[in-house]
Amino acid sequence: MERREFIKLASAAAALAALPGCATSSGGKSIGRVVVVGGGYAGAAAAKYVRLWAPDIEVVLVERDADFVSCPLSNRVLSGGKSIKDLTVSYSKLGSKYGVQVVHDEVTAVDADKRTITLARGNTISYDRLIVAPGIDFMYDAIAGLNNADAQKKVLHAWKAGPQTVALRKQLEAMRDGGVFAISIPKAPFRCPPGPYERACLAAFYLKQHKPKSKVLILDANEDIVAKKGLFTKAWKDLYPGMVEYRANSELVDVDANTLTAKLQFEDVKADVLNVIPPQRAGKIATSAGLITANNRWCGVDYLSYESVAQKNIHVLGDATLAAPKMPKSGHIANQHAKVCAAAVVALMHGGEVYTEPLIANTCYSYVSDTEAVHVAAIFKYDANGKTMASVPDSGGLSSAASDIEGMYAEGWAQNIWADMLG
Amino acid sequence: MKKTTSAIYISGLLAFFAGAAQAAEDVGSRNLAAACAACHGTNGHAVTGMSALAGMDKAYMVKTMQEFKTGKRPATVMHQLAKGYSDDQIGQIAEFFAKQQK
Ligand code: HEC
Repeated sequence: MERREFIKLASAAAALAALPGCATSSGGKSIGRVVVVGGGYAGAAAAKYVRLWAPDIEVVLVERDADFVSCPLSNRVLSGGKSIKDLTVSYSKLGSKYGVQVVHDEVTAVDADKRTITLARGNTISYDRLIVAPGIDFMYDAIAGLNNADAQKKVLHAWKAGPQTVALRKQLEAMRDGGVFAISIPKAPFRCPPGPYERACLAAFYLKQHKPKSKVLILDANEDIVAKKGLFTKAWKDLYPGMVEYRANSELVDVDANTLTAKLQFEDVKADVLNVIPPQRAGKIATSAGLITANNRWCGVDYLSYESVAQKNIHVLGDATLAAPKMPKSGHIANQHAKVCAAAVVALMHGGEVYTEPLIANTCYSYVSDTEAVHVAAIFKYDANGKTMASVPDSGGLSSAASDIEGMYAEGWAQNIWADMLG
Repeated sequence: MKKTTSAIYISGLLAFFAGAAQAAEDVGSRNLAAACAACHGTNGHAVTGMSALAGMDKAYMVKTMQEFKTGKRPATVMHQLAKGYSDDQIGQIAEFFAKQQK
């Protein structure tokens, strides 16, 4: 077969046309089809690992965006250490190396009884098992002044990497020296617990070089710093003395986008650049597919297979899941969900048993300057009594101090985890 | 030119399926080792910036993991991760990586 033909076959249109045939790229008969919705840290890894471990299962990945853009490391775009291009990876190897059929579209509906999904373009695709990895949606309905497109252009979230990240960097570049950059943090749980505090470090890094009279003001809805407290407060004190101010119990009630004012319960805070990380819930498709089971926000799952507790044959991964205690909504955790789920899906589709002793790791690196990073790590194992994941006693921990070597390992982590999902 | 690319593609695909068949032999050790891949690459094939584990001598990996656990070998993060695994689990993981082609 000519390579050109192969690419054509693997292209979205041909993939859709070929779907009912159930042929795998190995030429053998497929034993069934897995459809994955969402190609982030969880979904892309799940698609790859199902094919890696079971070439007799056909895998279709439906992803809205043309390329993957990483949230981890994206705060470095704010400090100037990275461009969005550095964080962008193509989906092409999922097709060429692993035979995943990548379809760039949005899923508009899931029919759990008929086992089909519907794409925005109108086609339906049937599945034997569905893996939903939709990430998060923002709850703008909780912030009246931000609940329109115009306000959202002025007050950015930059909590999904891409155009918003670049736009926030531009706002910082345009800010006057002596200005206030305010970051609003929602109540936990939210995506990437250390991320807002890393953002404060990296914004301060940029401002210290270019606008040293400026301030970074953190308005945290939580009663204390949610992650790596000692390491972040040390960085603020040692590296950016007098620049970073932290305020606990400062939940955002409303926003005036025209005056860049954050309205808190007892006071109004005016900023020069206002960055609101809104409260979050599982991505929209989780709601329409009937997967939300907790607090109207998150999807409950069986941690041995990541199968939804609400819908059979549908698995949910990553930030959209109801996290076990202490298990953060991180890219690393999403990658680990994907592999436990892929192993379970392969076992179930082959008529086997689900593996009952999964161990998964988490490591979140955060930069505190353009070169130095810190981490928090943990290992979780399945707790059969509580039907949850629990950290293994005495494992895990924090960096003893920020260092350049961990800055290099953080970069190594990113390159390897991206290759583990897409390479 | 076209022939070369498709030959490379087919040989890549064969290696890919052979790898999958081999991995199926021991699902438990495969699953445990997959957790390491986030940092050390798929099946231990690191791309850059971290050590490759594929094809690592089993005895060396077991010894190194023990030294991470006890603190004999200094580390930034591996001492904290190694403590999450029992000796038996480390043995299984080391066995899996030793079997992977370098
Ligand atoms: C968060 C990323 C991360 C994860 C996950 C991880 N490692 Fe490591 N590994 C490292 C780093 C970083 C080093 C270098 C030592 C250090 O500073 O901790 C390393 C070093 C090692 C070494 C020493 C390599 C040599 O050349 O001597 C071995 C062996 C190893 N890791 C095995 C494992 C195994 C087995 C797992 C899975 C159970 C694993 N690692 C998971 C980051 C990771």
